[in-house]
Amino acid sequence: MSKTFGTVTAADNLNVSVAPGEVVGIVGANGAGKTVFINMITGYEKPSAGKVLFEGRDITPLPPREIRRLGISRSFQVSQVFQSMKVFENLLIAVSIHRNCGRALLKNIRQPALIEVLEELLERFGLARDRERPAHELSQGARKLLDIAMACVGRPRVLMLDEPTSGISTEEKFEFMTRVMGALAREKATVLIVEHDMDIIQRFVSRVLAFAQGRIICDATPQEALRDPSVVQHVLGIGHAVA
Amino acid sequence: MGWLALAAAGLIATGFFLPGWLLNQMVFAFGRGLAVLGLVVLWRAGLVSLGGALYFGLGAYSVALLQKEAGLHDALVLILCAACISGVTGFILGFLLRRYRGIFFAMMNLAFSMILFGAAVKNRALGSTDGFGIALPSFFGSVLAEPAHAKLALFVMLVIVSYAAMYFVHAYSKSTLGWMATGIRDNEIRVEYLGYSVERAIHIKYTISAVLGGLGGAFLSMGLGQVDPDSMLNWVASGELLFVMILGGAGSVAAPFAASFFFELLRTYALELAPLAWQFIIGATLVLLIFFAPNGLLTIFSRRSRA
Repeated sequence: MSKTFGTVTAADNLNVSVAPGEVVGIVGANGAGKTVFINMITGYEKPSAGKVLFEGRDITPLPPREIRRLGISRSFQVSQVFQSMKVFENLLIAVSIHRNCGRALLKNIRQPALIEVLEELLERFGLARDRERPAHELSQGARKLLDIAMACVGRPRVLMLDEPTSGISTEEKFEFMTRVMGALAREKATVLIVEHDMDIIQRFVSRVLAFAQGRIICDATPQEALRDPSVVQHVLGIGHAVA
Repeated sequence: MGWLALAAAGLIATGFFLPGWLLNQMVFAFGRGLAVLGLVVLWRAGLVSLGGALYFGLGAYSVALLQKEAGLHDALVLILCAACISGVTGFILGFLLRRYRGIFFAMMNLAFSMILFGAAVKNRALGSTDGFGIALPSFFGSVLAEPAHAKLALFVMLVIVSYAAMYFVHAYSKSTLGWMATGIRDNEIRVEYLGYSVERAIHIKYTISAVLGGLGGAFLSMGLGQVDPDSMLNWVASGELLFVMILGGAGSVAAPFAASFFFELLRTYALELAPLAWQFIIGATLVLLIFFAPNGLLTIFSRRSRA
Protein backbone atom coordinates (compact mmCIF):
# COMPACT_ATOMS: atom_id res chain seq x y z
CA MET A 1 0.00 0.00 0.00
CA SER A 2 1.00 3.59 -0.57
CA LYS A 3 -0.56 6.81 0.63
CA THR A 4 0.19 10.33 -0.46
CA PHE A 5 -1.22 13.62 0.75
CA GLY A 6 -0.48 16.04 -2.03
CA THR A 7 3.31 15.94 -2.45
CA VAL A 8 3.86 14.21 0.91
CA THR A 9 4.31 10.43 0.88
CA ALA A 10 2.95 9.15 4.18
CA ALA A 11 3.20 5.47 3.27
CA ASP A 12 5.51 4.10 0.59
CA ASN A 13 4.98 0.63 -0.81
CA LEU A 14 4.11 -1.08 2.46
CA ASN A 15 3.88 -4.82 2.08
CA VAL A 16 3.08 -6.70 5.28
CA SER A 17 1.51 -10.03 6.20
CA VAL A 18 0.39 -10.78 9.73
CA ALA A 19 -0.50 -14.30 10.84
CA PRO A 20 -3.45 -15.06 13.13
CA GLY A 21 -2.62 -14.75 16.79
CA GLU A 22 0.54 -12.68 16.35
CA VAL A 23 1.24 -9.75 18.65
CA VAL A 24 3.06 -7.19 16.53
CA GLY A 25 4.63 -3.96 17.66
CA ILE A 26 4.70 -1.01 15.27
CA VAL A 27 7.41 1.51 16.09
CA GLY A 28 8.71 4.64 14.49
CA ALA A 29 9.32 8.30 15.04
CA ASN A 30 6.49 10.83 14.81
CA GLY A 31 5.34 11.14 11.21
CA ALA A 32 6.85 7.81 10.19
CA GLY A 33 3.52 6.51 8.89
CA LYS A 34 2.35 4.25 11.72
CA THR A 35 -1.09 5.74 12.24
CA VAL A 36 -1.62 6.15 8.49
CA PHE A 37 -0.89 2.43 8.21
CA ILE A 38 -3.56 1.62 10.80
CA ASN A 39 -5.99 4.10 9.28
CA MET A 40 -5.68 2.41 5.90
CA ILE A 41 -6.29 -1.05 7.32
CA THR A 42 -9.33 0.06 9.31
CA GLY A 43 -10.84 2.04 6.45
CA TYR A 44 -10.47 5.49 7.95
CA GLU A 45 -8.31 6.39 4.96
CA LYS A 46 -8.08 4.77 1.56
CA PRO A 47 -4.65 3.93 0.15
CA SER A 48 -3.55 5.88 -2.92
CA ALA A 49 -2.30 2.59 -4.30
CA GLY A 50 -2.43 -1.03 -3.24
CA LYS A 51 -4.95 -3.00 -1.24
CA VAL A 52 -5.73 -4.49 2.13
CA LEU A 53 -6.47 -8.21 2.13
CA PHE A 54 -8.17 -9.85 5.10
CA GLU A 55 -8.36 -13.64 4.94
CA GLY A 56 -7.98 -13.38 1.18
CA ARG A 57 -10.73 -10.77 0.74
CA ASP A 58 -9.99 -7.27 -0.55
CA ILE A 59 -11.44 -4.96 2.08
CA THR A 60 -9.90 -1.76 0.72
CA PRO A 61 -13.11 -0.15 -0.55
CA LEU A 62 -15.12 -0.96 2.58
CA PRO A 63 -16.09 1.78 5.05
CA PRO A 64 -14.86 1.51 8.67
CA ARG A 65 -18.18 0.15 9.96
CA GLU A 66 -18.12 -2.79 7.57
CA ILE A 67 -14.48 -3.53 8.30
CA ARG A 68 -15.42 -3.50 11.98
CA ARG A 69 -18.21 -5.99 11.30
CA LEU A 70 -15.67 -8.28 9.64
CA GLY A 71 -13.76 -8.39 12.90
CA ILE A 72 -11.07 -5.73 12.56
CA SER A 73 -11.23 -3.28 15.44
CA ARG A 74 -9.09 -0.50 16.79
CA SER A 75 -8.51 1.86 19.64
CA PHE A 76 -7.33 5.39 19.07
CA GLN A 77 -4.35 7.49 20.00
CA VAL A 78 -6.81 10.04 21.40
CA SER A 79 -9.53 7.98 23.06
CA GLN A 80 -12.76 8.01 21.09
CA VAL A 81 -15.53 7.50 23.63
CA PHE A 82 -18.94 9.07 24.20
CA GLN A 83 -17.97 11.78 26.64
CA SER A 84 -21.39 12.63 28.02
CA MET A 85 -22.33 8.97 28.57
CA LYS A 86 -21.39 6.97 31.63
CA VAL A 87 -18.82 4.18 31.35
CA PHE A 88 -21.42 1.40 31.37
CA GLU A 89 -23.54 3.32 28.83
CA ASN A 90 -20.55 3.53 26.50
CA LEU A 91 -20.08 -0.22 26.69
CA LEU A 92 -23.79 -0.95 26.53
CA ILE A 93 -24.25 0.88 23.26
CA ALA A 94 -21.13 -0.83 21.89
CA VAL A 95 -22.41 -4.27 22.86
CA SER A 96 -25.90 -3.55 21.53
CA ILE A 97 -24.69 -2.30 18.14
CA HIS A 98 -22.58 -5.43 17.82
CA ARG A 99 -25.29 -7.86 18.90
CA ASN A 100 -28.37 -6.29 17.30
CA CYS A 101 -29.29 -5.25 13.80
CA GLY A 102 -32.38 -4.19 11.88
CA ARG A 103 -35.53 -3.91 13.97
CA ALA A 104 -33.75 -5.25 17.05
CA LEU A 105 -32.10 -1.82 17.30
CA LEU A 106 -35.55 -0.39 18.12
CA LYS A 107 -35.91 -2.54 21.23
CA ASN A 108 -35.09 -1.19 24.68
CA ILE A 109 -31.33 -1.20 24.96
CA ARG A 110 -31.29 -2.42 28.56
CA GLN A 111 -31.58 -6.09 27.74
CA PRO A 112 -30.35 -8.60 30.36
CA ALA A 113 -28.21 -10.48 27.83
CA LEU A 114 -26.39 -7.29 26.85
CA ILE A 115 -25.92 -6.17 30.43
CA GLU A 116 -24.38 -9.53 31.28
CA VAL A 117 -21.80 -9.02 28.52
CA LEU A 118 -20.96 -5.47 29.57
CA GLU A 119 -20.59 -6.46 33.24
CA GLU A 120 -17.99 -8.99 32.17
CA LEU A 121 -16.17 -6.32 30.15
CA LEU A 122 -16.25 -3.89 33.08
CA GLU A 123 -14.67 -6.50 35.35
CA ARG A 124 -12.09 -7.63 32.81
CA PHE A 125 -10.87 -4.13 32.08
CA GLY A 126 -11.00 -2.94 35.67
CA LEU A 127 -13.71 -0.38 34.96
CA ALA A 128 -16.38 -1.69 37.32
CA ARG A 129 -15.84 0.95 40.01
CA ASP A 130 -16.12 3.72 37.35
CA ARG A 131 -19.28 2.30 35.74
CA GLU A 132 -21.51 5.21 36.79
CA ARG A 133 -19.05 7.96 35.95
CA PRO A 134 -19.42 10.01 32.78
CA ALA A 135 -16.56 9.33 30.41
CA HIS A 136 -15.43 12.97 30.47
CA GLU A 137 -14.69 12.64 34.21
CA LEU A 138 -12.38 9.65 33.78
CA SER A 139 -8.64 9.78 34.11
CA GLN A 140 -6.61 9.45 30.93
CA GLY A 141 -5.79 5.82 31.73
CA ALA A 142 -9.39 4.87 32.47
CA ARG A 143 -10.54 6.55 29.27
CA LYS A 144 -7.94 4.56 27.31
CA LEU A 145 -9.15 1.36 28.97
CA LEU A 146 -12.73 2.24 28.03
CA ASP A 147 -11.68 2.93 24.44
CA ILE A 148 -9.91 -0.44 24.25
CA ALA A 149 -12.81 -2.24 25.97
CA MET A 150 -15.21 -0.81 23.37
CA ALA A 151 -12.87 -1.98 20.63
CA CYS A 152 -12.91 -5.47 22.13
CA VAL A 153 -16.69 -5.82 22.00
CA GLY A 154 -17.63 -8.73 19.82
CA ARG A 155 -14.32 -10.61 20.11
CA PRO A 156 -12.57 -8.99 17.13
CA ARG A 157 -10.14 -11.14 15.22
CA VAL A 158 -7.72 -8.29 14.65
CA LEU A 159 -7.25 -5.58 17.23
CA MET A 160 -5.14 -2.52 16.53
CA LEU A 161 -4.09 -0.40 19.50
CA ASP A 162 -2.85 3.04 18.48
CA GLU A 163 -0.44 4.29 21.15
CA PRO A 164 -2.36 2.80 24.06
CA THR A 165 0.00 4.28 26.64
CA SER A 166 0.17 7.82 25.29
CA GLY A 167 -0.74 10.29 28.00
CA ILE A 168 -0.12 7.74 30.75
CA SER A 169 2.68 8.37 33.18
CA THR A 170 5.90 6.36 32.83
CA GLU A 171 5.37 4.78 36.25
CA GLU A 172 1.89 3.50 35.31
CA LYS A 173 2.59 2.34 31.75
CA PHE A 174 3.65 -1.23 32.58
CA GLU A 175 0.79 -1.81 34.96
CA PHE A 176 -1.57 -0.38 32.36
CA MET A 177 -0.25 -2.59 29.54
CA THR A 178 -0.22 -5.66 31.80
CA ARG A 179 -3.90 -5.05 32.51
CA VAL A 180 -4.67 -4.48 28.82
CA MET A 181 -2.80 -7.52 27.58
CA GLY A 182 -4.28 -9.62 30.36
CA ALA A 183 -7.77 -8.51 29.39
CA LEU A 184 -6.98 -9.26 25.74
CA ALA A 185 -5.59 -12.71 26.45
CA ARG A 186 -8.97 -14.39 26.22
CA GLU A 187 -9.74 -12.63 22.92
CA LYS A 188 -7.14 -14.73 21.11
CA ALA A 189 -7.00 -11.94 18.58
CA THR A 190 -4.20 -10.82 16.35
CA VAL A 191 -2.94 -7.64 18.01
CA LEU A 192 -1.02 -4.78 16.47
CA ILE A 193 0.30 -2.19 18.90
CA VAL A 194 1.64 1.17 17.85
CA GLU A 195 4.01 2.25 20.57
CA HIS A 196 6.90 4.60 21.20
CA ASP A 197 8.15 2.96 24.38
CA MET A 198 10.64 0.24 23.44
CA ASP A 199 10.50 -1.31 26.91
CA ILE A 200 6.78 -1.92 26.40
CA ILE A 201 7.53 -3.38 22.96
CA GLN A 202 10.19 -5.72 24.31
CA ARG A 203 7.91 -7.03 27.00
CA PHE A 204 4.64 -7.50 25.18
CA VAL A 205 5.22 -8.21 21.47
CA SER A 206 6.81 -11.06 19.53
CA ARG A 207 7.46 -9.17 16.31
CA VAL A 208 8.37 -5.58 15.45
CA LEU A 209 7.65 -3.54 12.34
CA ALA A 210 9.82 -0.43 12.38
CA PHE A 211 8.65 2.51 10.27
CA ALA A 212 10.64 5.45 8.99
CA GLN A 213 9.57 8.01 6.39
CA GLY A 214 6.59 5.93 5.32
CA ARG A 215 8.55 2.72 4.80
CA ILE A 216 9.06 -0.42 6.85
CA ILE A 217 12.77 -0.49 7.57
CA CYS A 218 12.82 -3.56 9.77
CA ASP A 219 10.61 -6.61 10.35
CA ALA A 220 12.10 -8.76 13.11
CA THR A 221 11.88 -9.87 16.71
CA PRO A 222 12.17 -7.09 19.31
CA GLN A 223 15.72 -8.08 20.19
CA GLU A 224 16.83 -8.14 16.57
CA ALA A 225 15.05 -4.87 15.81
CA LEU A 226 16.75 -3.08 18.69
CA ARG A 227 20.13 -4.09 17.26
CA ASP A 228 19.29 -3.16 13.67
CA PRO A 229 21.42 -0.13 12.66
CA SER A 230 18.61 1.54 10.69
CA VAL A 231 16.21 1.14 13.60
CA VAL A 232 18.80 2.57 15.96
CA GLN A 233 19.30 5.51 13.64
CA HIS A 234 15.76 6.33 12.54
CA VAL A 235 13.61 5.13 15.44
CA LEU A 236 15.65 4.97 18.61
CA GLY A 237 18.04 7.80 17.91
CA ILE A 238 21.80 7.51 17.83
CA GLY A 239 23.24 6.74 21.23
CA HIS A 240 20.25 4.67 22.44
CA ALA A 241 21.52 2.06 24.88
CA VAL A 242 20.25 -1.44 24.07
CA ALA A 243 19.72 -3.72 27.07
CA MET B 1 -45.24 7.64 30.62
CA GLY B 2 -47.98 6.64 33.03
CA TRP B 3 -48.47 10.14 34.33
CA LEU B 4 -48.51 11.46 30.77
CA ALA B 5 -51.33 9.05 29.94
CA LEU B 6 -53.24 10.37 32.96
CA ALA B 7 -52.51 13.94 31.90
CA ALA B 8 -53.77 13.20 28.38
CA ALA B 9 -56.95 11.65 29.76
CA GLY B 10 -57.40 14.64 32.04
CA LEU B 11 -56.87 17.01 29.16
CA ILE B 12 -59.47 15.26 27.05
CA ALA B 13 -61.95 15.42 29.91
CA THR B 14 -61.15 19.09 30.49
CA GLY B 15 -61.65 19.81 26.81
CA PHE B 16 -65.40 19.36 27.21
CA PHE B 17 -65.50 22.34 29.54
CA LEU B 18 -62.96 24.68 28.01
CA PRO B 19 -64.12 27.89 26.33
CA GLY B 20 -63.83 27.93 22.56
CA TRP B 21 -60.87 30.32 22.39
CA LEU B 22 -58.83 28.21 24.85
CA LEU B 23 -59.65 25.03 22.97
CA ASN B 24 -58.38 26.71 19.82
CA GLN B 25 -55.17 27.69 21.61
CA MET B 26 -54.72 24.10 22.74
CA VAL B 27 -55.18 22.80 19.19
CA PHE B 28 -52.63 25.29 17.86
CA ALA B 29 -50.26 24.49 20.73
CA PHE B 30 -50.42 20.74 20.36
CA GLY B 31 -50.23 20.90 16.58
CA ARG B 32 -47.07 22.96 16.86
CA GLY B 33 -45.88 20.74 19.69
CA LEU B 34 -45.95 17.69 17.42
CA ALA B 35 -43.71 19.45 14.90
CA VAL B 36 -41.37 20.60 17.67
CA LEU B 37 -41.17 17.03 19.01
CA GLY B 38 -39.85 16.09 15.58
CA LEU B 39 -37.22 18.81 15.82
CA VAL B 40 -36.22 17.55 19.27
CA VAL B 41 -35.56 14.08 17.80
CA LEU B 42 -32.96 15.75 15.56
CA TRP B 43 -31.68 18.07 18.25
CA ARG B 44 -30.81 15.15 20.52
CA ALA B 45 -28.42 14.01 17.79
CA GLY B 46 -26.85 17.46 17.67
CA LEU B 47 -28.71 18.50 14.52
CA VAL B 48 -30.70 21.73 14.35
CA SER B 49 -33.03 22.36 11.44
CA LEU B 50 -33.81 25.95 10.48
CA GLY B 51 -36.48 24.65 8.11
CA GLY B 52 -38.98 22.99 10.44
CA ALA B 53 -41.76 24.67 8.48
CA LEU B 54 -40.92 22.48 5.48
CA TYR B 55 -42.80 19.45 6.83
CA PHE B 56 -45.12 21.49 9.00
CA GLY B 57 -46.31 23.38 5.94
CA LEU B 58 -46.26 20.27 3.77
CA GLY B 59 -48.61 18.54 6.21
CA ALA B 60 -50.90 21.56 6.31
CA TYR B 61 -51.04 21.98 2.54
CA SER B 62 -51.49 18.22 2.06
CA VAL B 63 -54.66 18.35 4.14
CA ALA B 64 -55.93 21.40 2.27
CA LEU B 65 -55.25 20.00 -1.18
CA LEU B 66 -56.57 16.52 -0.39
CA GLN B 67 -59.78 18.14 0.79
CA LYS B 68 -60.02 20.52 -2.14
CA GLU B 69 -58.85 18.31 -4.99
CA ALA B 70 -59.50 14.74 -3.84
CA GLY B 71 -62.64 15.37 -1.80
CA LEU B 72 -61.26 13.69 1.30
CA HIS B 73 -62.84 14.95 4.51
CA ASP B 74 -62.22 12.34 7.19
CA ALA B 75 -59.82 13.66 9.82
CA LEU B 76 -58.03 10.34 10.35
CA VAL B 77 -57.56 9.79 6.62
CA LEU B 78 -56.28 13.35 6.18
CA ILE B 79 -53.73 13.17 8.96
CA LEU B 80 -52.50 9.75 7.86
CA CYS B 81 -52.09 11.01 4.30
CA ALA B 82 -50.33 14.16 5.52
CA ALA B 83 -47.99 12.07 7.68
CA CYS B 84 -47.22 9.74 4.75
CA ILE B 85 -46.58 12.59 2.32
CA SER B 86 -44.28 14.35 4.79
CA GLY B 87 -42.60 11.09 5.73
CA VAL B 88 -41.89 10.08 2.14
CA THR B 89 -40.61 13.58 1.35
CA GLY B 90 -38.38 13.48 4.41
CA PHE B 91 -37.13 10.03 3.45
CA ILE B 92 -36.21 11.23 -0.04
CA LEU B 93 -34.56 14.47 1.08
CA GLY B 94 -32.86 12.54 3.86
CA PHE B 95 -30.53 10.88 1.34
CA LEU B 96 -29.04 14.31 0.69
CA LEU B 97 -29.35 15.97 4.07
CA ARG B 98 -27.84 13.13 6.08
CA ARG B 99 -24.44 14.07 4.68
CA TYR B 100 -24.47 17.49 6.28
CA ARG B 101 -23.90 18.73 9.78
CA GLY B 102 -23.94 21.94 11.74
CA ILE B 103 -24.83 25.13 9.93
CA PHE B 104 -24.96 23.35 6.56
CA PHE B 105 -27.65 20.96 7.77
CA ALA B 106 -29.56 23.84 9.31
CA MET B 107 -29.41 25.99 6.18
CA MET B 108 -30.16 23.19 3.72
CA ASN B 109 -33.42 22.57 5.55
CA LEU B 110 -34.20 26.26 5.49
CA ALA B 111 -33.46 26.33 1.78
CA PHE B 112 -35.91 23.53 1.03
CA SER B 113 -38.60 25.13 3.17
CA MET B 114 -38.18 28.43 1.31
CA ILE B 115 -38.37 26.60 -2.03
CA LEU B 116 -41.75 25.24 -0.94
CA PHE B 117 -42.73 28.69 0.32
CA GLY B 118 -41.85 30.20 -3.03
CA ALA B 119 -43.81 27.54 -4.87
CA ALA B 120 -46.89 28.19 -2.72
CA VAL B 121 -46.64 31.98 -3.05
CA LYS B 122 -46.25 31.92 -6.83
CA ASN B 123 -48.89 29.33 -7.49
CA ARG B 124 -52.57 30.33 -7.74
CA ALA B 125 -53.67 26.72 -7.42
CA LEU B 126 -51.99 26.72 -3.99
CA GLY B 127 -53.71 29.92 -3.00
CA SER B 128 -50.73 32.19 -3.56
CA THR B 129 -50.05 34.59 -0.66
CA ASP B 130 -53.59 34.35 0.71
CA GLY B 131 -53.79 30.58 0.89
CA PHE B 132 -57.26 29.10 1.07
CA GLY B 133 -59.79 27.82 3.53
CA ILE B 134 -60.29 24.32 4.88
CA ALA B 135 -63.63 22.94 6.03
CA LEU B 136 -63.83 21.25 9.38
CA PRO B 137 -63.26 17.54 8.84
CA SER B 138 -65.59 14.66 9.49
CA PHE B 139 -64.78 11.96 12.04
CA PHE B 140 -65.12 8.29 11.15
CA GLY B 141 -67.76 9.10 8.57
CA SER B 142 -69.72 11.45 10.82
CA VAL B 143 -70.08 15.13 9.96
CA LEU B 144 -70.53 17.08 13.16
CA ALA B 145 -72.99 19.87 12.47
CA GLU B 146 -71.83 22.08 15.33
CA PRO B 147 -68.39 23.63 14.67
CA ALA B 148 -67.74 23.54 18.42
CA HIS B 149 -68.31 19.78 18.49
CA ALA B 150 -66.06 19.31 15.49
CA LYS B 151 -63.32 21.36 17.18
CA LEU B 152 -63.69 19.28 20.31
CA ALA B 153 -63.47 16.04 18.32
CA LEU B 154 -60.36 17.39 16.59
CA PHE B 155 -58.87 18.29 19.95
CA VAL B 156 -59.54 14.80 21.34
CA MET B 157 -57.95 13.20 18.29
CA LEU B 158 -54.98 15.55 18.56
CA VAL B 159 -54.38 14.72 22.23
CA ILE B 160 -54.50 11.00 21.47
CA VAL B 161 -52.12 11.35 18.52
CA SER B 162 -49.82 13.58 20.59
CA TYR B 163 -49.70 11.02 23.38
CA ALA B 164 -48.98 8.28 20.84
CA ALA B 165 -46.17 10.42 19.39
CA MET B 166 -44.70 11.06 22.83
CA TYR B 167 -44.89 7.36 23.66
CA PHE B 168 -43.15 6.45 20.42
CA VAL B 169 -40.38 9.03 20.84
CA HIS B 170 -39.90 8.03 24.48
CA ALA B 171 -39.64 4.33 23.57
CA TYR B 172 -37.39 5.21 20.65
CA SER B 173 -35.08 7.20 22.91
CA LYS B 174 -34.67 4.09 25.10
CA SER B 175 -33.65 1.94 22.14
CA THR B 176 -30.18 1.46 20.67
CA LEU B 177 -31.08 3.72 17.73
CA GLY B 178 -32.31 6.32 20.19
CA TRP B 179 -29.12 6.11 22.23
CA MET B 180 -27.17 6.63 19.04
CA ALA B 181 -28.42 10.22 19.07
CA THR B 182 -26.10 10.91 22.00
CA GLY B 183 -23.39 8.85 20.37
CA ILE B 184 -23.63 10.81 17.13
CA ARG B 185 -23.65 14.09 19.01
CA ASP B 186 -20.60 13.12 21.06
CA ASN B 187 -18.48 11.16 18.63
CA GLU B 188 -19.49 10.11 15.13
CA ILE B 189 -16.17 8.35 14.52
CA ARG B 190 -16.79 6.01 17.41
CA VAL B 191 -20.29 5.15 16.17
CA GLU B 192 -18.80 4.18 12.79
CA TYR B 193 -16.07 2.15 14.44
CA LEU B 194 -18.64 0.28 16.50
CA GLY B 195 -20.14 -0.91 13.22
CA TYR B 196 -23.14 1.31 12.49
CA SER B 197 -23.66 3.89 9.77
CA VAL B 198 -24.03 7.40 11.19
CA GLU B 199 -25.75 8.55 8.01
CA ARG B 200 -28.32 5.78 8.24
CA ALA B 201 -29.06 6.65 11.87
CA ILE B 202 -29.50 10.32 10.95
CA HIS B 203 -31.71 9.38 8.00
CA ILE B 204 -34.04 7.46 10.29
CA LYS B 205 -34.25 10.38 12.72
CA TYR B 206 -34.85 12.80 9.89
CA THR B 207 -37.73 10.74 8.54
CA ILE B 208 -39.30 10.50 12.00
CA SER B 209 -38.94 14.26 12.34
CA ALA B 210 -40.63 14.79 8.97
CA VAL B 211 -43.60 12.57 9.90
CA LEU B 212 -44.10 14.43 13.17
CA GLY B 213 -43.79 17.79 11.42
CA GLY B 214 -46.38 16.77 8.86
CA LEU B 215 -48.77 15.55 11.55
CA GLY B 216 -48.42 18.84 13.39
CA GLY B 217 -49.09 20.90 10.30
CA ALA B 218 -52.10 18.75 9.41
CA PHE B 219 -53.74 19.30 12.78
CA LEU B 220 -52.91 22.99 12.83
CA SER B 221 -54.46 23.59 9.43
CA MET B 222 -57.66 21.75 10.38
CA GLY B 223 -57.81 23.69 13.64
CA LEU B 224 -57.15 27.01 11.96
CA GLY B 225 -59.50 26.30 9.10
CA GLN B 226 -57.06 27.59 6.51
CA VAL B 227 -53.58 27.31 5.06
CA ASP B 228 -51.36 30.15 4.02
CA PRO B 229 -47.65 30.28 3.25
CA ASP B 230 -46.75 32.98 5.75
CA SER B 231 -47.92 31.16 8.85
CA MET B 232 -46.97 27.67 7.74
CA LEU B 233 -44.05 27.72 5.31
CA ASN B 234 -42.19 30.96 5.85
CA TRP B 235 -38.87 31.11 7.66
CA VAL B 236 -40.70 32.94 10.45
CA ALA B 237 -42.80 29.81 11.00
CA SER B 238 -39.56 27.80 11.18
CA GLY B 239 -38.24 30.33 13.65
CA GLU B 240 -41.28 29.93 15.88
CA LEU B 241 -40.82 26.17 15.93
CA LEU B 242 -37.19 26.66 16.86
CA PHE B 243 -38.17 29.15 19.56
CA VAL B 244 -40.57 26.63 21.10
CA MET B 245 -37.93 23.90 20.85
CA ILE B 246 -35.45 25.98 22.83
CA LEU B 247 -38.19 27.02 25.24
CA GLY B 248 -38.99 23.40 25.99
CA GLY B 249 -35.54 21.89 25.84
CA ALA B 250 -34.65 18.37 24.75
CA GLY B 251 -34.99 16.59 28.05
CA SER B 252 -38.62 15.49 28.02
CA VAL B 253 -41.07 14.36 25.35
CA ALA B 254 -43.78 16.46 27.02
CA ALA B 255 -41.67 19.62 26.91
CA PRO B 256 -42.50 20.58 23.28
CA PHE B 257 -46.22 20.56 24.09
CA ALA B 258 -45.87 22.45 27.35
CA ALA B 259 -43.56 24.98 25.72
CA SER B 260 -45.85 25.36 22.71
CA PHE B 261 -48.82 26.07 24.96
CA PHE B 262 -46.76 28.58 26.92
CA PHE B 263 -45.74 30.20 23.65
CA GLU B 264 -49.35 30.44 22.45
CA LEU B 265 -50.43 32.07 25.69
CA LEU B 266 -47.40 34.36 25.70
CA ARG B 267 -48.05 35.50 22.16
CA THR B 268 -51.78 35.97 22.75
CA TYR B 269 -51.30 38.11 25.84
CA ALA B 270 -48.28 39.95 24.43
CA LEU B 271 -50.39 40.93 21.41
CA GLU B 272 -53.20 42.02 23.68
CA LEU B 273 -51.07 43.96 26.14
CA ALA B 274 -48.51 45.44 23.77
CA PRO B 275 -49.69 45.19 20.16
CA LEU B 276 -46.82 47.32 18.93
CA ALA B 277 -44.13 45.58 20.93
CA TRP B 278 -45.22 41.97 21.23
CA GLN B 279 -42.13 40.66 19.42
CA PHE B 280 -40.01 42.45 22.03
CA ILE B 281 -41.82 40.55 24.78
CA ILE B 282 -41.29 37.23 22.96
CA GLY B 283 -37.60 37.97 22.45
CA ALA B 284 -37.06 39.14 26.02
CA THR B 285 -38.74 35.98 27.29
CA LEU B 286 -36.34 33.85 25.27
CA VAL B 287 -33.32 35.76 26.58
CA LEU B 288 -34.50 35.36 30.18
CA LEU B 289 -35.11 31.68 29.62
CA ILE B 290 -31.65 31.12 28.22
CA PHE B 291 -30.20 32.80 31.30
CA PHE B 292 -32.30 31.10 33.95
CA ALA B 293 -33.41 27.82 32.37
CA PRO B 294 -31.02 26.99 29.52
CA ASN B 295 -32.15 23.36 29.48
CA GLY B 296 -35.79 24.30 29.00
CA LEU B 297 -38.90 25.51 30.77
CA LEU B 298 -39.68 22.28 32.60
CA THR B 299 -36.28 22.30 34.32
CA ILE B 300 -37.52 25.23 36.41
CA PHE B 301 -40.05 22.88 37.99
CA SER B 302 -37.64 19.99 38.42
CA ARG B 303 -35.15 22.31 40.15
CA ARG B 304 -37.88 23.57 42.49
CA SER B 305 -38.99 20.04 43.40
CA ARG B 306 -35.36 19.06 44.09
CA ALA B 307 -34.94 22.13 46.33
